[in-house]
Parts: sequence; C-alpha cells; structure tokens
Amino acid sequence: MTTDTVTPAGTGTPVLHASGVTMRFGGLTAVRNVELTVNSGEIVGLIGPNGAGKTTFFNCLTGLYIPTEGTVSYKGKVLPHRSHLVTQAGIARTFQNIRLFANMTVLENVLVGRHTRTKEGLWSALLRGPGFKKAERESEARAMELLEFTGLAAKRDHLARNLPYGEQRKLEIARALASEPGLLLLDEPTAGMNPQETRATEELVFAIRDQGIAVLVIEHDMRFIFNLCDRVACLVQGEKLVEGTAEVVQGDERVVAAYLGTPFEDAPGAEEVAEVEAAEAHATDRAPGPDSTTGATGTTSTTGPEGDPK
Amino acid sequence: MTTNQTHTIAPVLPVPATAARLTALVGALATLGSTFLAWTWTAEFPGDLTVTGYPGGLQVLTLTGALLTALFALAGHGVRGLGWLVPGGKNSPVRLLALGTFTTTWYAVLAITVELGGLVNLEPGGWIAAVASLVTLVGALGLPADVPAENPGPASGWQRFTHAFKAPAPGKAAPLPSWAEILIIAAAFGIGLFIFTYGIDTEYAELFIGFLLLIGFGAPAVARAGLNRRLGALTATHKNVTVTAAFVAAFAFPFTQSNDAYATIGANILIFATVALGLNVVVGLAGLLDLGYVAFLGVGAYTAALFSGSPSSTIGIQLPFWAAVLAGAAASLIFGVVIGAPTLRLHGDYLAIVTLGFGEIFRIAMQNMDGASGPDITNGPNGIPNIPDLELFGFNFGEPHNVLGVELGRFSNYYLLMLFFTIIVVTVFRRSDQSRIGRAWVAIREDETAARAMGINAFRLKLLAFALGATLAGMAGTVQAHVTFTVTPAQYKFVEAVPPNSAFLLAAVILGGMGTVSGPLIGAALLYLIPAKLQFMSDYQLLLFGIALILLMRFRPEGLIADRRKQLEFHETGQLDAPKGDIGLSKAGV
Repeated sequence: MTTDTVTPAGTGTPVLHASGVTMRFGGLTAVRNVELTVNSGEIVGLIGPNGAGKTTFFNCLTGLYIPTEGTVSYKGKVLPHRSHLVTQAGIARTFQNIRLFANMTVLENVLVGRHTRTKEGLWSALLRGPGFKKAERESEARAMELLEFTGLAAKRDHLARNLPYGEQRKLEIARALASEPGLLLLDEPTAGMNPQETRATEELVFAIRDQGIAVLVIEHDMRFIFNLCDRVACLVQGEKLVEGTAEVVQGDERVVAAYLGTPFEDAPGAEEVAEVEAAEAHATDRAPGPDSTTGATGTTSTTGPEGDPK
Repeated sequence: MTTNQTHTIAPVLPVPATAARLTALVGALATLGSTFLAWTWTAEFPGDLTVTGYPGGLQVLTLTGALLTALFALAGHGVRGLGWLVPGGKNSPVRLLALGTFTTTWYAVLAITVELGGLVNLEPGGWIAAVASLVTLVGALGLPADVPAENPGPASGWQRFTHAFKAPAPGKAAPLPSWAEILIIAAAFGIGLFIFTYGIDTEYAELFIGFLLLIGFGAPAVARAGLNRRLGALTATHKNVTVTAAFVAAFAFPFTQSNDAYATIGANILIFATVALGLNVVVGLAGLLDLGYVAFLGVGAYTAALFSGSPSSTIGIQLPFWAAVLAGAAASLIFGVVIGAPTLRLHGDYLAIVTLGFGEIFRIAMQNMDGASGPDITNGPNGIPNIPDLELFGFNFGEPHNVLGVELGRFSNYYLLMLFFTIIVVTVFRRSDQSRIGRAWVAIREDETAARAMGINAFRLKLLAFALGATLAGMAGTVQAHVTFTVTPAQYKFVEAVPPNSAFLLAAVILGGMGTVSGPLIGAALLYLIPAKLQFMSDYQLLLFGIALILLMRFRPEGLIADRRKQLEFHETGQLDAPKGDIGLSKAGV
C-alpha cells in the first residue's frame, strides 16, 4: 500500500526474487508481503528500525523460517524451505550475532563451508582413496585462498573463539564464501566495529561483488549502506516502505519519519504509537526524554520479533 | 595476567629454599631406605612386609615414589644430566611426588594398623617410613613456587597451597634425531604397558589402592614437569609410529600375563573400551547424548548368539564367525536407523530421555520374547547360554595355545581377537573424524543452525553418526557374546555395578575426554579396573562412582585427555595471549 517499488536498474539478471513474502508468528505479522529483487553484480541494502523484520525476512530467504505466504526464487528456481538446500542452491549468509564453530580452527570453519561443494562421503573417508586425498587437498587450497582473501591466512590454526571480534566477522564471511554462493546475505556485518574496521569491511564487500557475487546486506550504519549499495530498501514494521537509490531513500520523508519517530498519517499500528507515547510520557517522569536518534525506535518496538528462531 | 612486575609468592612453609631441598632429598632417601626394613611382624598383612632387605608389596610403591621424588628434587636443583626431566615446573613435581609417596606410605602404615589391630603391629621400619615420608613432604612444601603470583599482596594458606602446584609450560624442545624420538615414544609406551600390567596384576585391594594413590599423584607430577607436553609434541610429529607403538604395547599385554584370570580383565576392558569409542562417535563428535547405547551392543551380542550354534538358540542356523559379525553389525545398523530416524529430530535433553527409553525397551523386549509374553526368540530372562567357543582357521579360542613360549589362555585369545576389532574401531573413528563428514559432525555439535546454514543436512549426518556408532557397538557385541558364554537381557541395563552399561559407557567417554581416541580407552580401563579390583567396596560402588564424576567435572571438565581442539587453546602458536574462557561468541539469536 505504501510501497514504492522502483524498477531495479536493468543491468543484470535477477539472482534473487522474493515475491509476496509474509511471515506470521501467531497473530503477529513480522514480515508482510515484501517484494525484493537482487540482480547479479548488485549490492542491495536492507535498512529499517530495530524490530522491522529484516532478520526475519533473511531467515525466510535462507530457509530457516518457512514463510507463511510468498515464494523466494533463486535464478528463476523457487527455493525449497530447507536451510541446507538453499545454501546448496547458492545463497550463503552470515548471522547478526556471530555464529562460528567456536571450538574449531579457522581453517576448519572454512572447510565446513565447503561441505556442499564436495561429495566425499563416509566410505570415501574410511577407505582414503586417491579421490579423497585429492578432494581434501583441493578443499584446503580453496579454503586457504579465501583466508588469504579475508586476511586470516596467518591464523589458520587458531580456534575461532580466540579471534578478535572483527576477525570473527571476517571469518564468518570467508566461511559463507566457501560454499561458492551466487548471492551473499550479510546480516549487520559491521555491528560493533570501529570506523577503520567498517571501512575495511566495505572494501571486502566491494571485492566480493567484483568476484561476481551479488550481495544483500542488512545494516544500521547509514554511511556504510549509502556508500556501498546500488539500491536500498527500507523495511518498517514488516512492510517495505520504499526502495531505490541512496538519494531516493535518504530523501524519503517516511524513512526519516520511521527513524526519527514522527507519527505519520496512515501509519500501520497507529494505536501502538499512541501506546508507546503514553509509555514514553510515563517514562519521562523518571528520566529525561529520549533523544532524537534513539527515540524513533520506540514507535516500532512492539513490531515483530527480530532474530532468535529457537 | 601480565603485570609490570612479577610478584613472588611465599612457599607453603616458610623455610629457606636450600634447606627445604635438602630436607626433601634426605627425607626421600630415608623413605627409600625404610622400604628395605620390615614394616610389620607378621605375614598376615598381604604382601609380606616382614622381610628386611627386600621390599615387597606396598613397599615397592613407596620405593618407587621416593626414588622419583629424589630424582626430581635433584633435577630441580639443576644437577647435570637430569635437566630433561623437568622442562616445565621444577618444584611442583617434587611436591606432588612427595605428596603421593606420603599418602601411599601412610595408607600402608594405617592399613597395617587397622587390619592387624593397633599400632603395636608396626615394626620400626614402618615408623621410619611414616616419619621419613612426612619429612619429605615438609621439605617439598618448603620449596619455592614455580610461577610468580597472579595477584600482589599477601596470600592465604590455601591460596599458597594451591599455587604451589602450578607449573609453567615447557619451552620448545631441542631437536633430536628422529630415531631417538621414536625410541622415546617406544619407551613411553613400554612404561605405560608396564604400569597398566602392574595395575591389572595387583593381587590384593590394598596394593591396588596404593597403586591408584601413587598414580593419582604421579601422573600430574609428570604433567607438571612438562614431560607430557614433550611427549605430546613427539607423538604429534610421529603419528604413525605412535599408533603402531600403542598397538604393539596392547598386543604385548597377554604375553605379560601368567594368569588367565587377569587376561579376563584385559579382554573385558577391551570390549568396554571399544564400545565406549563407538559411543564417542555419537557423543564426542556429533554431540548426540545417547543414554541407551548399550542396546546396540546387545543387538550385536544377541545376533551372534542366535547364529552361534548354541544348543539354546531358537534359530538352528550356525553361521561362520565373519558372517555372524556382519549379521550383528547389520542388525545393529538397522536398529540404529529405526531408532534414530524418529528420535534424532529431538535435541539435547529430549534426545537423551528418548534414547534412554529405547535402551530399556530393547532390554525388556528381549526379556519378554520367551514364548509366553511374546514370540519365542530369546529365551526371556534366561538368555542364550552355552555359546560355543570360536574356531577360526583351525585356531580354537577356547583352548590354551603356546605362542612364542608363552601359554595364552582362553581370555588371552579373545583379547587378541577383540584387539583386532579395537583397531578397526580406532581406524574408523580417526578417519571419519578427519574428513568432511567428521567436520560436519563437529559443526553440528558446535552450532546446528549455523551448520545447516552452511549447507549441512544436519538430520542425515546425525543419523549417519548414530548408525555408525550402532554398527561399531554391534560388531563388538558379536565378540562379547563368545567371551561371556551367555547373553542375557540383564547384561544390557541402563546402569548397574558392572560395566559395560549405558551409564558407564557415557561416563567412560566423558571421564576420558570427548572426541579423542585415547580418552575413552583410558576412561574405560579405569572404570572397569577399579570396581574389578576393589570388590569389597561393591556396595558403595555407585556412590563412589558418582562422587568421582562430580569431582572430575568440578576440577577437569574436559576429561583426562583433552581434545585436540581444546588443547589448541594453549598451543605454542602464540595463542596464550588470547583471553581465557568463552569470549565474544554469543549463543543467542540468528
């Protein structure tokens, strides 16, 4: 209803196409009828206030959640609702809260990412034929390439848990790249990073794009997003509010309103806003009023759950 | 941890270091001398401690402890030629060995006093031993600590005591020619075999308790001295040599046994250890908590028993052994898949409860297939007795054979047969661990959601682990049926005093170290040997077992043998600066 669909820049062929994706948890609609297309060679950003349903949408795309309605297709084929099959098809992802295999080494983490691109089963492992050794060598070589690419090669034998935070993020990206994806989904890749690390991540994402991998990225860091992305979509309360180039999204007053908390007409959940305002009024009795950057999140705080499926 | 200045911490007893070392050394030598005296007047106390000039029984243990204490005390002082003994801690090994000698000696003296009824039964030798070992301990406690204090300021007595047992990790070893390294590995396994055989051959409970006490303090002492790390580094460079040495040592075991009764223990330990290693695939690698694992052993054993040609078997078919092994493994595999397919959709505690239930269902089903409550297949609670001994290539396993001048009895034969299967299971474990499949299992154990997002079909791989574990247990079961003559449902309970049962199998894996090869083997050996040797305590066995598990989980949660990956936390590649504990990796959220 309030969605402005901008026709995607017609350079590449669509890699990912999500149509009408809706996710309901009981009576709560976390994602409502979202359309999104990512073309090859494109970096697309997904922004929105906390609780807008971005991660839920990601989980729908990667098969961790089965969307209540709608389909997701990758390169023209509808994806099954099984996480490992989605990865096999060519979509890899990282997680908002880093989910590495903490007690495995850096190299092993990346080798696990190679799982779908190798076939050696149990028999092959037990008999250790030449095919097995060749596959292991190739996997290791490819994994080392990725570690070189992300700058972690020197730490191949460290446990993932012992890496500093920024390198854990990088390792997660390397692990995702190991599955040779056509589309990489990054869920807040710069959360908790300092400006230098953020810039390095930016370079990394560009380098990934240059390898011909399309990228869909969720991020709160607006400078990062607007530097990086060819197109940006803004999700508010589970609905896609606007989609377009950085300028279009930056200039859209509804986006500003969603972030800065001015109630707007036709708002979905206007009564929630009223509720929240009442609560805020109550809160100001005890504390000074919310400042301009964080206050906005109040308007959407009762929207869908973000994150933990378990 | 790194402070600008290092803080020294006072030793437990405020004695000058030189005086302390001298006291410890003199005490150790006096203790050593006392073992040549008579400790008691009557041979009523087992081991005959009455002979002057010839140590026997518990005296030998004290002698060993005192000798090692003296050696390490000299090495710690920097005596030339002994430096290789203490690459790590210098004084903490002395303290631990002195403590071990002290407890062993005092245990012996107290056991004499209690069993014979009064201190009057102690000869002067016993008094000297007690006093000398105490002097050694006092001297050892006066030695300075090996590592600087972590916190400045005065430390309480208890803090100083626990601190006294900390030791630094050894530095890099000077390179040796590889034949020397291989020789060291061989010697280490020789010593290991000797200690193991000594433990199995202890003839009375007092000696075994003394043995456990000395080992209990001696093993950490060797670890504090840094010898474990050194050996670990050697075995890591010569993996194949290590594996071969281990199997040569295991193969040599029956040749050291004059008495078939002790070979029985060996064979049973091997069955238990092999099954525990199979369980380690399921628990240690894939992280699936299985509380009904013994059922798979039972499936294999029942299959072998039914096809063994036993007169009590309800199936009149006798299969050759290799076919029976395949049949047992196949039956277990099918049983594993049938149980695993519905249950492996559950996680954690729920899976544990369901597997526990299936384990009991197996036992009760076997009990009821007696022709009255169900089809007549297993003879109910009576089981299948009179399973004939195996005969392979004209080699009858039931009869003693003379090999290389050593008489190998029935159980020695089965021990060697079982060793063959242990080798298979060890190979399967190692190879599957170090492969794409093994990595996927560990990934599932670490974080199943992330593993699935990496393209791993978690359900299928968990089922594979479950089925593989079941197959290995079933294979071991086919040998077990022949070793024990009889297969009854009561052998496959969840928990009872005699291993193997599901609880003890899991305990062996956890006690030994999850995800390792040697861990479950050592864990199983300890868990079998201790109850077998201390039969007078059988009433309290489960209580003691519980206490031991609680203590272990409190003080060494990773098990006796730490996983390669856990060891990496302290690896030499400069990871020591990494923060301790679980950092950064959040468990919550996607």
